[in-house]
Amino acid sequence: MSAKVITITSGKGGVGKTTATANIGAALASSGQRVACIDADIGLRNLDVVMGLENRIVYDLVDAVEGRCRLNQAMIKDKHIPELYLIPSAQTRDKTAVSPSDMIRLCDELKLDLDWILIDSPAGIERGFKNAIAPADQVIVITNPEISAVRDADRIIGIVEAEEKGTPRLLINRLNPEMVRQNNMLSADDVVDLLAIHLLGIVPEDKNVIISTNKGTPIALDGKSPAGQAYRNIARRIMGEEVPLMDLEKGSGIFSRLSSVFGSGE
Amino acid sequence: MEAEKIEVKGIKNGLLIEIKPGNWQDREESLLTYIDQNLEFFKGAKLVLDVGERELKPPMLSSLRNALSDREIKLKAVLSTSRTTERASQDLGLEIKLDQSSHLPVQPSINTQLEGDEAVFLKRTLRSGHKVKFPGHIVVLGDVNPGAELVAGGDIIVWGRLRGVVHAGAGGDTDAVVCALDLSPTQLRIADKISVSPPRKGKTRPEIAYLENGQVSAREWNRD
Repeated sequence: MSAKVITITSGKGGVGKTTATANIGAALASSGQRVACIDADIGLRNLDVVMGLENRIVYDLVDAVEGRCRLNQAMIKDKHIPELYLIPSAQTRDKTAVSPSDMIRLCDELKLDLDWILIDSPAGIERGFKNAIAPADQVIVITNPEISAVRDADRIIGIVEAEEKGTPRLLINRLNPEMVRQNNMLSADDVVDLLAIHLLGIVPEDKNVIISTNKGTPIALDGKSPAGQAYRNIARRIMGEEVPLMDLEKGSGIFSRLSSVFGSGE
Repeated sequence: MEAEKIEVKGIKNGLLIEIKPGNWQDREESLLTYIDQNLEFFKGAKLVLDVGERELKPPMLSSLRNALSDREIKLKAVLSTSRTTERASQDLGLEIKLDQSSHLPVQPSINTQLEGDEAVFLKRTLRSGHKVKFPGHIVVLGDVNPGAELVAGGDIIVWGRLRGVVHAGAGGDTDAVVCALDLSPTQLRIADKISVSPPRKGKTRPEIAYLENGQVSAREWNRD
């Protein structure tokens, strides 16, 4: 079987591409899929840190592309989950070290023994983004419920469509249901309304994400965290299952639930 | 393309290419190179060549015609002031005047057929970074998101939400209007006047923006 290549991108930086790549990868792999995550952010690598594999790097993406190692030597096996691999990016080079056709060749080689290849795209719309998007079969656009992030997501969707990669799917990250209720944050509906693409999932704001990211253990492996649950649901949707969206009202405390019952909480 | 060698213009039913004076073989080569570089654009096109006073013999024209048809381009007419070239074109069954075919065979005595204005129609969402510039009118069936830009010489009609930047009457036409089902542009310009939409209160309604006493005004867009 040949793997599907999914590129995770956003336009704007800091919205959670790397965290999402690590968590979707972990969630897919923990349901028995064979997954490789590729960090395409050459010069600003992060995915290794988030996956907790920083100290195992010997060879990287650029080494593999330039033939200094075999591809499987650049694949780092995950600590927690079997059949989850990371291909880290080079820290000492820049985006021009790799070309879009290099990425396509690399993925074609990887595809044979895997089910999914996830590519963590760098921010922006320049060379690094083009490298990340070139081999993609599917694209996931991540945004936060903030005007500036949504604006960049809109631009990225336009570019992805122009590159004939099909219409990307949307992941809304760091939604705070409480703030939405108080009309201080765009709701998921607002975002979907503007971007007009299929919603793959919503990840609620969860401070455990920062803790798990710092520890290098994906939150998707945490059975209790709402964000972890959201990522597991997203992975199931990627695999083609129909999973209803989570009810984000839940778990936000008895008081907020009471206030929504009694109408305005202010 | 070297503009001193050939020049391409859009005409009613195809493209008019003017071949500038100079060595014919060289010009023919430039033309084919240029077409090959822009094959997607030219594919299926109907070409009219204007060769000026150049004298061309049937074999020269037919070889060019074959080269074009290899590229799925139809050579329709060759315009020339040279009688030799005209005769050669006629021998090959090519037209020698512009728009010969667009004349109706019988002119009706009272012409009720309206020509209308030139407009572009876009049935899609216009996203941030998309820009549409057109000398005529622009009609969009879909949303125009923030960060998208429409510039029209004439009117702009959006059957959807208009939240980007629009400029109607960009050539200075103060009668130009902008209509949208939800008129909430980031910025709206008509001719040389610029305005921003006030924050919306209440339900959205279709609106039309126009110039009145040198100011951009908007009112509900309905039958009255």
